[in-house]
Amino acid sequence: MKHISMTVNGDNHELLVDPSWTLLETLRDHLRLTGTKEGCSNGNCGACTVMINGRTANACLVLAAEMGGNEITTIEGIATQGKLNPVQEAFIKDGALQCGFCTPGFIVSTTALLQRDPDPSEVEIRTRLAGNLCRCTGYDKIVMAVEDAAAMLRG
Amino acid sequence: MPDFDFAQPTSLNEALELFAAEGEVRALVGGTDIVDQLKTGRRNADMVVDVKRIPELQRLEVAADGLHVGAARNLTDIGEFPAVRADYGGLADSSVLVGSWQIQNRAGLGGNVCNAAPSGDTIPALLSHDTTAIVASSTGRREIALSDFFAGPGQTVLQKGEILVELVLPPSPDNGASSYLRFIPRNEMDIAVVGVGSYLQLGSGNIVEKARIALASVAPTPVRARAAEEVLEGNVLTDDLIESAAVTAVEAATPITDVRGSAEYRRELVKVLTRRTLGICRDRING
Repeated sequence: MKHISMTVNGDNHELLVDPSWTLLETLRDHLRLTGTKEGCSNGNCGACTVMINGRTANACLVLAAEMGGNEITTIEGIATQGKLNPVQEAFIKDGALQCGFCTPGFIVSTTALLQRDPDPSEVEIRTRLAGNLCRCTGYDKIVMAVEDAAAMLRG
Repeated sequence: MPDFDFAQPTSLNEALELFAAEGEVRALVGGTDIVDQLKTGRRNADMVVDVKRIPELQRLEVAADGLHVGAARNLTDIGEFPAVRADYGGLADSSVLVGSWQIQNRAGLGGNVCNAAPSGDTIPALLSHDTTAIVASSTGRREIALSDFFAGPGQTVLQKGEILVELVLPPSPDNGASSYLRFIPRNEMDIAVVGVGSYLQLGSGNIVEKARIALASVAPTPVRARAAEEVLEGNVLTDDLIESAAVTAVEAATPITDVRGSAEYRRELVKVLTRRTLGICRDRING
């Protein structure tokens, strides 16, 4: 087992991790942060998207043992003080989800996208979110929600 | 996932000691290939060494002898680096095509090279820039021309105990430019059916001083289309010359028929993508 210290959604965690544990398993099974979903487990679907030091990553392809000193943001860290983030509000308002399994990953990816570019074009939205798969919506409502969230955040 | 030991060295010497140990020692950069391969048993490891905290492997800078890219530097940083965007266009093109944004944020250029997939998107661009691989082991360092680096699908010429430290791309003059295109049936998130990376350097009167063309997904390793390069070099660059090079490039392809495309289709794509990348190189030089 390896000792690591990492920050998850602002809280510091001291953990003993097995080298073979992924960050995804560690978040879900050991820290009980089950908002991050496991879809394909090979980096195609994006359901497990989290931010590591502000950049998105597939938690299923990251080893927990790598994470010493890093800051992780999961879907549980997107809302602040019990208040939904504008990205979450826009996804609800626009009906940008059906079964909801992909939604945490989309919210995290969208949050990272809008931190980088507050006014992305439709092409940029579709390109940056290409690593998040949704089998329900057909994506149009997701793109609409991202555009609405961007407008809300710009004020 | 199978059991393995894990280490996270912070110096190259410390890492090279680890790689010299008995057993299968695997380098981990972004994990976007190796973690999946370990999960599915396509590669094995007694020890996984996270090399991201070794300063030499994070290098990204222009020096007198060209662009130095540490093997662990992630593709997002490389694709956004101003000197890469200005002078190594094919590398910029390909860095933002590998997988998704999530993948590019983690995956290292050295990982894409050492995974040695025939379809690796960054490799043709690197080959088109005459890239040299700097390799080290506990007993010394050596330089390998990247065109000699690949031994087969997923196989490199690295010996036990050796790791890729950095890739060096020679200076790219103002009269030179590169380009990479791949064909996939979707817009994003797919493996190249064919990829082509080209480099052109034009002298006075539009004479081609230097040409490089490299192909992905049409042979057991990425390959240079050397006969097509010879068609170009020393001649005035015209649309007819580009077409002739594109037709000749097909000779370097020995594709297979698989789920992503037939051999015949891939040969046609080599011609089309060679023509298009050479056109983009010309536009970039003139632009």
